[in-house]
Amino acid sequence: MAAALSSVLSARGVGKRFPGVVALSEVDFELAPGEVHALVGENGAGKSTLIKVLTGVYSPDGGDLTYQGEPVSFGTPMEAQQSGIATVYQEVNLVPLQSVASNLFLGREPRNSFGLVDFRAMRDQARDLLTSYGVEVDVTRPLRTLGMGVQQMVAVARAAATSARVVILDEPTSSLEPREVDTLFGIVERLKADGVAVLYVSHRLDELYRICDRVTVLRDGRVVHSGPMADLPRLRLVALMLGRDLEEVRREGATKFDGERTAADTGPVLAATGLTSKHRLDGVDVTVRPGEIVGLGGLLGAGRSETAMAIAGALPLDSGTVVVAGKRLRTGSVAAAMRAGVVMLPEDRKADGILPDLSVRENIVLAALPRLSAAGVVSRKRQDAIVDTFMKRLRIKASSPDQRVGDLSGGNQQKVLLARLLCTRPLVLLLDEPTRGIDVGAKAEVQGLVDELAAEGLGVVLISSEFDEVIEGSDSIVVLREGRVVTELHGADVNENTLLSALAEEPADDH
Amino acid sequence: MTTDIKAPQARRRTDTRIWLRDNGVYVAIAVLVVYNLAFTENFATLANLNTQLVQVAPVLIVALGMALVIGTEGVDLSVGSVMAIAAATLPLYLGYGLFPALALALVAGALCGMANGTLVAVVGIQPIVATLALLVGGRGLALVFADGQLKDIRNPEMLELGAGKALGIPYIVLIAALLSVLVWLLVRYTTFGRQLVAIGGNRSASALAGLPVRRVLMLTYVISGVLAAIAGVLATARLTASDPSAIGNLFELSAITAVVVGGTPLSGGRVRILGTVAGAVLMQLIAATLIKHDLPDSTAQIVQAAIIVVAVYLQRSRSAGVA
Repeated sequence: MAAALSSVLSARGVGKRFPGVVALSEVDFELAPGEVHALVGENGAGKSTLIKVLTGVYSPDGGDLTYQGEPVSFGTPMEAQQSGIATVYQEVNLVPLQSVASNLFLGREPRNSFGLVDFRAMRDQARDLLTSYGVEVDVTRPLRTLGMGVQQMVAVARAAATSARVVILDEPTSSLEPREVDTLFGIVERLKADGVAVLYVSHRLDELYRICDRVTVLRDGRVVHSGPMADLPRLRLVALMLGRDLEEVRREGATKFDGERTAADTGPVLAATGLTSKHRLDGVDVTVRPGEIVGLGGLLGAGRSETAMAIAGALPLDSGTVVVAGKRLRTGSVAAAMRAGVVMLPEDRKADGILPDLSVRENIVLAALPRLSAAGVVSRKRQDAIVDTFMKRLRIKASSPDQRVGDLSGGNQQKVLLARLLCTRPLVLLLDEPTRGIDVGAKAEVQGLVDELAAEGLGVVLISSEFDEVIEGSDSIVVLREGRVVTELHGADVNENTLLSALAEEPADDH
Repeated sequence: MTTDIKAPQARRRTDTRIWLRDNGVYVAIAVLVVYNLAFTENFATLANLNTQLVQVAPVLIVALGMALVIGTEGVDLSVGSVMAIAAATLPLYLGYGLFPALALALVAGALCGMANGTLVAVVGIQPIVATLALLVGGRGLALVFADGQLKDIRNPEMLELGAGKALGIPYIVLIAALLSVLVWLLVRYTTFGRQLVAIGGNRSASALAGLPVRRVLMLTYVISGVLAAIAGVLATARLTASDPSAIGNLFELSAITAVVVGGTPLSGGRVRILGTVAGAVLMQLIAATLIKHDLPDSTAQIVQAAIIVVAVYLQRSRSAGVA
């Protein structure tokens, strides 16, 4: 079988330039049958471009592509797909209103003897297929009624079922729960056993080491390393991606958080008590002093995002009070919270954060418009001044304030959102997954910035699904489970062991 | 990631499309004007220019409000009926003088807009359904106001509004031009305008950024209602009669057409006022050109339909063209 071939898909000396940018330069890349190959690099390193060249979205300027021993040049993504290269993108590209089964068999539905779609066969086959991957789900339900995790799983199963020889997974776990990640990895193992080559793109280093056999590191459009995953120590990998000195990374730790900070010994800037919202929150208390970073710990569904939303006025409360700088806030109103100085960075940057078609300038000033206006007319001068300040301060990389935000990298979009919050002059920042889906460099910058802001006296509430980030970033951690506070960790107790045992006190519910 | 980078060919294709989407309407007007100058008799006369502009003015005024509503990812189907309501209100109060009657007609438009705004922003009904109610019911209401009758307008000031000129330009045209400038300034330079565009672009993000979403939506529909009322008043003045069964018929469609042809996407988040003005003018010019060349109205409709299809094609979302 395919194992006879040393590589199923390879690129030799591939280059791709865009006006003003060399996106790929002399890239050699090989994907062997039955391997899981990690593709890593910062944003702008060329990962997306390489994937797009491999899947026929772009045609390379130079170099050769070989697929199953034959030189190829895919004209369109459809051609690549039909010849067996399946891609699963971060955002699921399926039909949300149709059933799981229809989605799995979209375009290749089983037919009965009349040539019509055989729905029963389709359902049965869909159920068998998903069960074989360990996904238990009612295949007749519309896809959108299922969690993002299951949707992602269906997308992967669909790719696997189309007898693909190469499956490209682009950040597949960014919306999955840990249990779902296990299931996904089960599928990946199966693909591997079937001799399918898997190209795995992720920012999560843990996962790379768990599942990948080989790794290729890109930086500035060039391959800086390619070899077995196990031979590459973690620190060295980070250093390669960043192009930084190994010693420096070691000295500064894995995240950019500074560790020690002295929170002011004054009264709290934020005191939320007894936050209760049916089925979501049950009497949650959170207190933050100026200059303090309070982490919210907990597993998925513990109520971390809900707590932040409740404080920010984005979740209606049944009961509970929020007091900011001594003043009690009207709950359930984002505008009221914002006026009092509480702002939230939402978890889902695309859906709830950016206005992709508007410029960087308009995105930044969005929340501060009334303050930048006189008699309802926006002052261009004040607007430009504030935009300029924050673009410099947060090092937002955009060609100009007029650039569309949708065209920026994830990290820069996140910085634009932070700028939007900061120009309302907040007292308390609620950050829900501030570094999700952004590259290592931008991540370090955002972490450093949060530290700086806290040092300047802001109160910060930090939610992160990354353990390192919560532990290194937080001065104290409020641990939540099923909408309730189980414990609070302070000072020396803020470490991996105590947090783990706090989370593991009771077996997490399997729901 | 590097989504700002596109393949050169794809980029060129997209750039052309975007350029056409943004400027096609002006090119089309230029072409038609040149054609008419060369082949149409009596085109380049002041009289003809005035006729054309007077005809387009009510549609244009309605389209200005429609552009705002469409910018919020909504649509206002009730504008034609609101015109009729304003027209029917007018003769009821003309006895008290021109200004009270005008004021009440505009208040009626504002109330209609408020009704639409309440259904959309507070109750949360989809705009197309919410405003459909007033499209159907509004004309009925107008007929009730007017006792189902056409009423001649004899108020001299009102007739002067419909037929008079200043500096050789009809009042109706001057009012339409003034309103266009005001709405353009509103979109471009005011907090309200910027918030409107943001809400149309991403409602949930705008709400989380603390924007007064309901207030902005409400005000948008009220503006649309008032502009429709103004259009109804002007149409009545020109007609010298209040005819609630005919005034504003199918104006919602003409207005939507002007907005879309002018490059404002139906998906919201973008409002092009100058484009809307050009869109309305273009549609008028097409109809006028064909009529002057003795082609039937039906031909004009078919050509206009073709223009709409092209405009919508050019507006496919940016990402649809390139992967």
